[in-house]
Amino acid sequence: MLRNTYRDLRTAVIAFVAFSVLLGLAYPYAITGVAQVVFHRQANGSLITRGGQAVGSALVGQNFSAPQYFHPRPSAAGADGYDATASGGSNLGPSSKALATRVAESVARVRQEDGLAPGAKVPVDAVTASGSGLDPHISPAYAALQVARVARARSVAPGEVQRLVGQYTDGSTFGVLGEPRVNVLELNLALDRAFGAAP
Amino acid sequence: MTVTVSGVVQIVLYFAVVLALTKPLGAYMQMVFEGRGRFAGRVFSPVERIIYRVFFVDDTAEMDWKRYAFSLLIFSALSMFAVYAILRAQGHLPLNPQGFPGASPHLAFNTAASFTTNTNWQSYAGESTMSYLSQMLALTVQNFLSAAVGIVVVIVLIRGFVRRTTTDLGNFWVDLTRAILWVLLPMSLVLALILVSQGVIQNFHGYTQLTTLEGAKQVLAMGPAASQVAIKQLGTNGGGFFNANSATPFENPTPFSNFIEAAAILLIPAGLTYTFGKMVGDTRQGWAIFAAMSVLFLAGAFFTYGAEQAGNPTLARLGVDQSYHTGQQASAGGNLEGKEVRFGIADSSIWAVATTDASNGSVNSMLDSYTPLGGLIPLFNMELGEVVFGGVGSGLYGMLVFAIISVFIAGLMIGRTPEYLGKKIGPKEMKLAAIYFLITSSMMLLLTAVAVSVRQGRAGPLNAGAHGFTEILYAFSSAAGNNGSAFAGLNANTSFYDTSLGISMLVARFLPIVAILALAGSLARKKKVPETAATLPTNSALFVGFLVGVVIIVGGLTFFPALALGPIAEHFLVHAGVLS
Repeated sequence: MLRNTYRDLRTAVIAFVAFSVLLGLAYPYAITGVAQVVFHRQANGSLITRGGQAVGSALVGQNFSAPQYFHPRPSAAGADGYDATASGGSNLGPSSKALATRVAESVARVRQEDGLAPGAKVPVDAVTASGSGLDPHISPAYAALQVARVARARSVAPGEVQRLVGQYTDGSTFGVLGEPRVNVLELNLALDRAFGAAP
Repeated sequence: MTVTVSGVVQIVLYFAVVLALTKPLGAYMQMVFEGRGRFAGRVFSPVERIIYRVFFVDDTAEMDWKRYAFSLLIFSALSMFAVYAILRAQGHLPLNPQGFPGASPHLAFNTAASFTTNTNWQSYAGESTMSYLSQMLALTVQNFLSAAVGIVVVIVLIRGFVRRTTTDLGNFWVDLTRAILWVLLPMSLVLALILVSQGVIQNFHGYTQLTTLEGAKQVLAMGPAASQVAIKQLGTNGGGFFNANSATPFENPTPFSNFIEAAAILLIPAGLTYTFGKMVGDTRQGWAIFAAMSVLFLAGAFFTYGAEQAGNPTLARLGVDQSYHTGQQASAGGNLEGKEVRFGIADSSIWAVATTDASNGSVNSMLDSYTPLGGLIPLFNMELGEVVFGGVGSGLYGMLVFAIISVFIAGLMIGRTPEYLGKKIGPKEMKLAAIYFLITSSMMLLLTAVAVSVRQGRAGPLNAGAHGFTEILYAFSSAAGNNGSAFAGLNANTSFYDTSLGISMLVARFLPIVAILALAGSLARKKKVPETAATLPTNSALFVGFLVGVVIIVGGLTFFPALALGPIAEHFLVHAGVLS
């Protein structure tokens, strides 16, 4: 009995050390090695560069407030939103007064920015914060709402802006998975390419 | 309740994939643990022989339940001390490009308890607390080890049913090695690489600084995420690399990555039902358990999905359009606070239900912001004991305990001595089954009662009113259920919550495990009773229905009062327009 106890203790220590090296070092390093060679871009954050400078990640949302850009969803990540070192949602519950107040403000802001009639319905993604606070996407409905403002700020025809929105709209994956969406950063970069960066 | 075709199709497709993989994976696991056929002999055995020599293990020497439990407990204790030590010493260890300091004693204790119990409750935000070394050597390792421990315990329980008049239940070190080397590691290798292809990051860089189009500074958190995310999903762990877990784009960037991460949650627990059927020599026994789990999964998924897609009545009153649209002006609609556009309502709801049916604490949307009824299902799932597929291993042994309770109740109704799989269920087995259920449910309810009674507990919730109570109830249900998912508004990184949640995780993990091993020991010593015409068949549709009923009634009777004070009260308040 005591002999077994001693044996199991010895095995526990050896097994723990061996599995730690295998699973905590060898495994992640092996995945990193393969990933850095085969999926170099993805493994390092799917960065987008412009003029040799990284301006963002294709997967991570960032703040836009200028009228010539499409705006993302509200964000609860960090103090100013879209802080990619402090991912998170608002965690406000459905019966929260703070949530109702924040949404009411966002509804008013969207209506004013995009020249909607008072009482006009606003798409839900335009006034709700995502879970990560880093949502890179908006719905095609919210993008459509912003076309007129962006076109006016850039002095181009709304049809041309709408065409770019169409180009940067992804449908459901394989026609089934997920929801249709527009990548805000990629769309705004395309606008800058098509119509100039600083109108 | 609102449903769309797209949502229904996604739920059905998800379930179909899990169903399709159950048999092949289950048969494979049976071969890994029991069937030493030609393939296992040629591929597995030579590698294992070397390992057992290094470990000083005689793989032919089997253990009784006490020695098995002892080995399991010292191995887990060692794990816990190692995680605690690494987190405390983090500031002096390598692979820490952001220079994070060591964790506080209560956070290190909570996290060590959390990851060694397969809970993965997180009182910290990964990207601002944990060095890469801590993520790998402390947390990723425990993602594997705690999952393997869960798997071997259910294998032992099944052996208890299969074997007769013996005390031999297998060798802990052999079972552990096989679970890691032949099940968890190969699946993780494949899944991690698929995830990287989708955009989950895997590097050792310092955080990337860049200037956005509008000239602001943005810092992107980096790290070896994919290798951890893979096992976090497969091992029903759930501890995110980043604070927002699988809502974070770098952890779950696309609908496709989301689909396979979600499938990975239920894969092994579902497969184990087939392993069980195969080991007991009647695969219909396994499918009966699978069917009962499926009924509860599908009911929960459609309920939560319907509640979330219907949206939040408060937002509707403010002029927000929450209906589902397709075409040029497509919109996911529904209650989108805390959810990502790329996932919408259906993918978020599937995830919320699958993770809490299992004991996977990961989230791809913030549960705290769910509608009261949408969030009730994840909470209730955990309170049922996470037996709907459940944690790897732990879900199945929990459901087998419910099966024992079911044959006992059925036996009382028809006046026969209860038996299950040829083993008589006596007073000892019933006592162990009752202990198993009472430990977790009492930890959930009693500690919630303590927390709402003391100042330190009441300081935790972010939200006021009934929702604040739900945040506390959810935390203790999650900890004692070894789930790890959270109504994340609760500020849990305080000495009160870190300590009380940490203790409840440890108690509710290891006492039930000892009860299960004792149950296996007691069953294995029994003779097999021959099947007669009066034996209650446990592989029939009737038994499946009876089992589902027992799970819901036992869980419902235990938790209904607490649920009435939380989500049910909040549901009526929200619809009456009462905010707090």
